[in-house]
This record gives sequence, C-alpha cells and structure tokens, in this order.
Amino acid sequence: MAGIILGVIVAIIVILLIIIIATYNGLVGMRNQTKNAWAQIDVQLKRRYDLIPNLVETVKGYMQHERGTLEAVTNARNLAQSVASAGPGERAAAEGQLSSALARLLVVVENYPNLKANQNFLALQEELTGTENKIGFSRQFYNDSVLRFNNKIEMFPSNIIAGMTGFKQSEFFEVKAPEEREAPKVSFSAPPKS
Amino acid sequence: MWEQIKSNQIRSVMLIVTMGTLLFLVGYFIGLYFLDSPTAGVILALIVWGMMNLVALFQGDSIILAMSGARKISPQDHPRLYNVVEEMKIASGLEKMPDVYIIDDPALNAFATGRSPDRAAVAVTTGLLDKLNRDELQGVIAHEIGHIKNQDIRLMLLASILLGAIVILAYYATRIMFYSGMSGGSNRRKGSSGGGGGAAVIIVIVVGIILMILAPIMAQLIYFAISRKREYLADASAALYTRYPAGLASALEKLANSNTQVKNANKATAPMYISNPFYKGGMAVNDLFATHPPLADRIGILRAMGGASYADYEKSYEKVKASRIIPASALAEAAPIEARPASPESQAGEIRERVERTRETSDLMWRLSNYRSINCGNCGTRLRLPPSFNEPSLRCPHCGYVNQLETA
Repeated sequence: MAGIILGVIVAIIVILLIIIIATYNGLVGMRNQTKNAWAQIDVQLKRRYDLIPNLVETVKGYMQHERGTLEAVTNARNLAQSVASAGPGERAAAEGQLSSALARLLVVVENYPNLKANQNFLALQEELTGTENKIGFSRQFYNDSVLRFNNKIEMFPSNIIAGMTGFKQSEFFEVKAPEEREAPKVSFSAPPKS
Repeated sequence: MWEQIKSNQIRSVMLIVTMGTLLFLVGYFIGLYFLDSPTAGVILALIVWGMMNLVALFQGDSIILAMSGARKISPQDHPRLYNVVEEMKIASGLEKMPDVYIIDDPALNAFATGRSPDRAAVAVTTGLLDKLNRDELQGVIAHEIGHIKNQDIRLMLLASILLGAIVILAYYATRIMFYSGMSGGSNRRKGSSGGGGGAAVIIVIVVGIILMILAPIMAQLIYFAISRKREYLADASAALYTRYPAGLASALEKLANSNTQVKNANKATAPMYISNPFYKGGMAVNDLFATHPPLADRIGILRAMGGASYADYEKSYEKVKASRIIPASALAEAAPIEARPASPESQAGEIRERVERTRETSDLMWRLSNYRSINCGNCGTRLRLPPSFNEPSLRCPHCGYVNQLETA
C-alpha cells in the first residue's frame, strides 16, 4: 500500500519536473527568438544609417530649395544613431522621427522630375524603400515575438516558472511619432518643417 | 514563430499513405502478372521509388529549376525582386534567405521549390515582374515563402515522387501488356495460372488492368487535392506576412485576367481580337494553375478578410466555401492582427494603370467604328483617321510632319 502511494507521488513529481523543464525551455527559446528578432531590426536600421548620407549627397544638387528637408533627415539620422545602443522604446522614438523625415523627403522628390530620371537616385530609392519595408517587417516579427513571449510570462501556469527563474517582459518596438502611424499623405503644397 | 501550418497533419499523411498504397498495389500486380511473384513486383516498385527519391533529394530542385529555364540572380540583377524576397523572408521569420530565380517568360507565374526551408528557391517569370506593382509582387512572394515555411515544398516533392513512380510503372506495365497481348505472347499468363481457377485468374487480370489504368489518374487526383489545400494555406500565410491581403488578391486578379486583358491582345494584329476565342495570351497560365483552386474563390476569400490573421482567413474561408481549412492549432493564438493600407507607390501606379487601360479601351472603340489610327512618324502622336478619309498623305497637326499613308 505504502509502495503504491510512494510510486504515485514519485510519478507526480516526475511529471511536474518534465512540465517545468519543458516550460522553462520554451521560455528560453522564445526569449532567444525575441533577441534574434531584435538583432534583425538592428541590422536594417544600421543599413538605413548607411544609406542616408548617399541619398542626401545624390539629392543635394537637384534640390537647392529643400535645404530644410534635407537637414531634417540628416539630423534625425544622427540623433537616431546616437541612441543606437539604447533600449527598444527610446530607439523607436528616434527612428520614428527619422522615418517621417525620410517620408517627407520622398514626397518632396515628386516635384523634381530630373531627379526621378537619375539612375543613381532610382537605385537608391529602391534600396531605401526595401530597407524601410524590411524595418517594418522585422519590427512586425519582433513585436509578434514579444507579444507571445510576454503572454507566456503572464499566463498561468508558465507565469510561476517565469517568476521563479527571473524572466522579464520584453519591450515592444513601437513607433511613437504620431505622423509615422499614418501612411504619408501626398500633398505638394505642404511646407517642409524646421 | 507563429504556429506554422505544418505539413504533417493527419489528412496530408493519409493522402500520402493512400498514394503509397497505390504504388504498392501497382507493384503487386506487376509482380503477379509479369514476374510470377507479387513480392518481386513490390520490390521492383520500391526500387523505382527509392531511386527517384535519391535523385529528387540531391537534384530535385535543380532539375525543376533547369527545366523551367530559370536563372539565378544576385541582388544587383534585380534589386526590387531581391528586396521583396528578403522582406518576406524577414516577415515570415525564415532563417535562411532562399535563392532567387527569374524565368524569361511573358506568362504570369511563380513557384517555390527546395527540399527544406534551409535550402529553398523562389522563381518568378519576367511577365510577373513587368505586370505587378510592389504590393502585388510582395503578395505573390509571400505566398511562395508561405509554401516554404509551411513545409509544403517537401510534402509536394514527396507526393510528386510517389506520383511519378506510379505513373512510370503503370505506363510500362500497360505497354508491355498490350504489346505481349498483340504478339500473341500469352504463354506467360498461362504458365502462371497453372491449372485450375480460370475465372479467378481472369478476375485478377481484369482488376490488374483496371488498376494499371486508374492508378495514375487516382494518384494525380490525390496529388491535386493536396496541392489545392496547400494553396489556400499559403494564401493565409501570405496575408499574415504582408498584413495586406488585398495585395495578393489584386495579383491573382491580374493572373486571372491575363488572357483577356486588352493590353496583351493588342499585340496581335487582328483588329477583332476580342471575339477570337482561340487567341488568349494567358491561356498557358490557366493550364499551369490546374493544380490550384479556382482563382475566383481565392480572390473572394482574400477580399472578404476583415484583418490579416489566420483566424480572419478562416472566417472568410468559411463564409465563401462553407467548410474549414486552417488547423485549430494555428488558430490558437487569437491576437487580432490588422491589415495595413496600400503602399503609396502602389497607389500612384494604380492611377497610371487606369489611365492606360482607359486609353486602350477608347482605341478599341474607335477601331470598332472603322477608324484607322497611325502614329506620326516624327513625334509619335496618335492620329485617328475616319473611314471616309482617303488622301495619300496626312500632315500631323502637332509637329507638321507629312505622313505618307498606305492606301487602305
């Protein structure tokens, strides 16, 4: 009799251990995935830093009257690069500024047909569009990973294990600048800011 | 990442098992009929299947790509296509960048191949690159990446090898049967049947013949059934990756319309091309899509989606087809996902396309009322000549160049 009870207790403990180990490993896997996804965003953001000086250099000759727009882009880039080692929240704000400055520049470009005939510029524009999209999609993937990870940390029963082993919620990469949220509206009369 | 729509679902496994059974039966009857031993036939079938497997495993993707005349490109060859593939690779969380191929063909088509998500390739035709805007191209590529991510390419490779083995065995078996039948070589059959049970032997032979004829067709039907289901699932994945179901929907509309589009038919010189039922520029596309569900259904489902998640696709599918498609495991994560608006570039392209289409249509209307149209030899302005106009030359009102006219 005592043997059976002992056996049942041992079995329960073994099953519990297996569940704990599986949950823990699952959490580690998800955390690594969010880290990996974050690294992906980082790669694309760096690529954008590299592209911008080229773009400004190419565009400058054509756009004498758009000094302000170009400076806004350069400044936003430098600002974003200066916080490149910060956390997702802080970075997202700076990158949001840069995105909207770039979007304004690309809208203004529509007024310069000569520029749009420049092969060099067209190649750069495609590169920039591609990079912007890659930033968007890596952000999408990162945020989805974070959502899953955070849900897992909060939900029962994995929250117990997460609490015991010190898993912390990850931060979303959310674009704070309000103008970034909406797709840039094409309006040719809008005066460039700053 | 997201619960992938895995290929090892029960239904897919069952279909593969059914195809395997067909192969087994074909081998069995070949053995019974030609080799006097069913076991030998089954072994023969397994050898054929095994060899095809080996070839497919090591060379399958390269053979398919070579057959379709695809050439591999680097990022510099077509930056836009390469970028779009990379975008979708990132969005899907695929670990390795698939190889990108281009096929020189005006038809609109694309496919994915490879033996695993780590060794995959995406190929698109030049026609597709010409006709689709960025959002649409993104939708098509996302669909193909969906095939890679959902492990469809491996499943389809497996199914197609089984199909191929069945077809080859049945083909040669029926050939030999007819050949030996015609040359009166029935001694083998007599030998194997030995003495008694004449009726039973005839039944076995008849069943064997019917099986030889039906097996390839049945295997093909199963193959198409698997393929069709995976198409819907890849559409669902594409919507999720791009967050923009309308992009793929619009691309599919272009595929569906590519045989009736005025633009294509215009290249033919016949003035009444629309009433000609035999000339259809995109006919080949429809043939290639025979393994796919009707485009209209796929478009309808994508267009009716409220958001971009698997749950939204499921809801929309149930509305259109009144059945279920996505496995429950993939629907468990119920976070709502919103669709994004169209990219500004595509919006601009849309307007240009509409202007062009309007111009084509008005040209057609003029031609229907017997107006001739020529392009000025100097400035290229389109000049329309009424049917009553029969002067030998025409002065362009735009640049003053005198165009010589062929007498009509």
